[in-house]
Amino acid sequence: MAQPDDFGFGEEAALLKESARKLFSEHFSAGTLHALVAGDPDPNRAPQVQWDMELWQQMVDLGWTLLAVPEAQGGVGMPLVGVAGLVEEAGRAAFPCPLLSTLSASYILAAAGAGGEAALADIAGGATAALVISNEHGSWTGAETSVSGEGDSLQGTGYFVQDAGKVSHLLVCASAESGPALYWLPVDTDGVTVAQDAIVDLTRDQAHISFDGAAARRVCTDAASALSEAMPAIWTLYAADMVGAGEWQLQTTVEYVNQRQQFDKPLGFFQAVKHPLVNVMVMIDQAKSLVYNAACAVDCEVEKAARYAHMAQASASDMAAFASSRSVQMHGGIGFTWECYVHLFFKRQKHTEMLWGDAVWHRARLAELLIDNAA
Amino acid sequence: MAEQGVKDTPEQAQFRQQARAWLAENTPGEPPVRMPLTPLEIMTEDQLHYLQAWQKAAYDAGLIGCDYPVEVGGGGRANCQRIANEEMMAAGTPFLPNVIGLGMAAPTVFYHGQEELKRRLLPRLFSGEDIWCQGFSEPGAGSDLANVQTFAERKGDKWVINGHKVWTSLAHFAEWMILLLRTDKSVKHDGLSYFVVPIRPALGKGVTVRPLIKMTGETGFNEVIFEDLEVEDSYRLDELGKGWQVAMTTLLHERGAGDLVTPRSGGMQTRSAHITSARTLVALSRQTWRNGAPACEDPIIRDRMMQQVIREEGMAANQRRSRVTALQDHPMRLALQNKLLMSEIAQDTAAIAMEIEGAAASLYLADDAAPAGGQWPMSYMNSFGFTIAAGTSEVQRNILGERVLGMAKSK
Repeated sequence: MAQPDDFGFGEEAALLKESARKLFSEHFSAGTLHALVAGDPDPNRAPQVQWDMELWQQMVDLGWTLLAVPEAQGGVGMPLVGVAGLVEEAGRAAFPCPLLSTLSASYILAAAGAGGEAALADIAGGATAALVISNEHGSWTGAETSVSGEGDSLQGTGYFVQDAGKVSHLLVCASAESGPALYWLPVDTDGVTVAQDAIVDLTRDQAHISFDGAAARRVCTDAASALSEAMPAIWTLYAADMVGAGEWQLQTTVEYVNQRQQFDKPLGFFQAVKHPLVNVMVMIDQAKSLVYNAACAVDCEVEKAARYAHMAQASASDMAAFASSRSVQMHGGIGFTWECYVHLFFKRQKHTEMLWGDAVWHRARLAELLIDNAA
Repeated sequence: MAEQGVKDTPEQAQFRQQARAWLAENTPGEPPVRMPLTPLEIMTEDQLHYLQAWQKAAYDAGLIGCDYPVEVGGGGRANCQRIANEEMMAAGTPFLPNVIGLGMAAPTVFYHGQEELKRRLLPRLFSGEDIWCQGFSEPGAGSDLANVQTFAERKGDKWVINGHKVWTSLAHFAEWMILLLRTDKSVKHDGLSYFVVPIRPALGKGVTVRPLIKMTGETGFNEVIFEDLEVEDSYRLDELGKGWQVAMTTLLHERGAGDLVTPRSGGMQTRSAHITSARTLVALSRQTWRNGAPACEDPIIRDRMMQQVIREEGMAANQRRSRVTALQDHPMRLALQNKLLMSEIAQDTAAIAMEIEGAAASLYLADDAAPAGGQWPMSYMNSFGFTIAAGTSEVQRNILGERVLGMAKSK
């Protein structure tokens, strides 16, 4: 199936991206973020869920959480390229919210067939969701899940759950009689214990969640297929988030080196400063182009979706690491302090870089697709 | 790696069909003589004539100059050169020998030349009958191009040129040269003017072309000496003192950032040579034995090859994104990266190929045991031509930092 030359990024997608950027720039500056999440620098602080629920509610009211829900279930069914544009802007603002988790859950549920429809309708009705699909080693292949399901009841603990403190529902991968299955339940169900992890990133919350006989609805008996079908979309969106955050890091660092003077010149005059920042830009552009490339493949050429999503994640992860290191380094002494905003994005990028497989992992999977499977 | 299928406009689709049909019938067979890796290493008349015949055929079939107006010998189409290029690449055609003409001289003459000059020069440029070369760099003017000292002195309605140009690819075959020179010594940028000069008729009569030998051992580029060469004023492009602005048009197109797409067939390579791409790396790694197993099983080699696959795909995706206004914050941000990316990716690909070959990368062209005919070490060495020419990678990073990111100008 042919792909549109413009990635299918049409007027609707452009409007959504632009309005998101406007909303964040008007209501959620880096200064606002710092005031919201960086009140307590103590490295031994207890984990807290800090976010702006009122602003988030505006986004829910704008329909952002149901963009990936198919129209048949009451959602928008927007192509992934458009959703990626929105996520890029949310990443640029590093806005703490369960947007990515809810979108991710939507893609898995949509891949789960008829059983996922009721849960999708919940999301269309305003529910938000977190993914409980990783075990204690951070592995998310359904076969290795550390939660088990017996009938309609869950037992065990799931790990590295993003946005657990901000959602209404959980989408859980648990081993059942017939193999790994997917379950859907409200987070406040009896027998569910959300234990917040003490994490480095101040812009997210993460938890491990224990189930002790919690009642859940089984939505699909073949979790492995649903996950592998949905992962390309999820990788693409997390890559888009890194691209947005990378753009903030680049812009902020360039502004700083243009204004800060040493040896009677702005720092940006010196090629030892200028050239690495150009390299950051080049890496952002590669990652960004590959994000829309992958999104378009998910939308229009699904047999190539995994290949291009691996490229997008690998590229974005490497970029996130480099943009983060340069943003702190080029800010000099001030960049190493808590009061400078760059550490917020540094931490968010390092978190995302590792979350769904780092660059080396994605290149290894890509090699399997392009070398081993394509004789 | 694999090209993505991208939708054409109706005009493009129809043109693509025509091009494909013609190429199916007319793509030349194996060349009669060994071909160089790129047009910049054409050394013999035999090589040149084979390639010129191909360019003429492709031009006559409407595959070259597609987006230029009919009056100057073009095809009068909209955004079809890219389609022609894709089809020529896919058909595995030889490359076009008149690269400097097509990529640099044509857009410059088109945007800055007088109507009569365009009509006279461009058709023979497109057909490859006239080969073009570029007289920009000098011994004292490399990255600091505006320091050009070649001087033209007015004599009636003519100019008398004296000076010394270097790194002049294809000058030994060229009929015409685009020439950046100085008409005023009192100011730097504003003292420059731009001419087109017929150099072939003047060989031995004011123009001397001497070959320079590259680190690979090949010739292909030259130094060109002007001694009292008389040139008519009608060969001047744009106004006196506007040479720098005209040169920017040339450089923008040379670096792949201009608005007229350069005709290309066969990429930088002929099909009889290998192609410097990640796809070729994977093929090489399957055939090469390393640590008791095929190199394609080595996890480090695999990782490095995938990095190149991703960079190549990223470059293609950049070009696609550069056509989507809503996905760009700065209009030149992607275009100005083309030259930097292309040259550095190719350089790394060649370096990785040599790593894969291991000890056998020591073998050069004349050794029958050399893998891929010894062309990877040659490609690697030649790749420095591309990271140095047309503005070094360092100059490219200055341009990006200054024009796109707005950082202070480095001297």
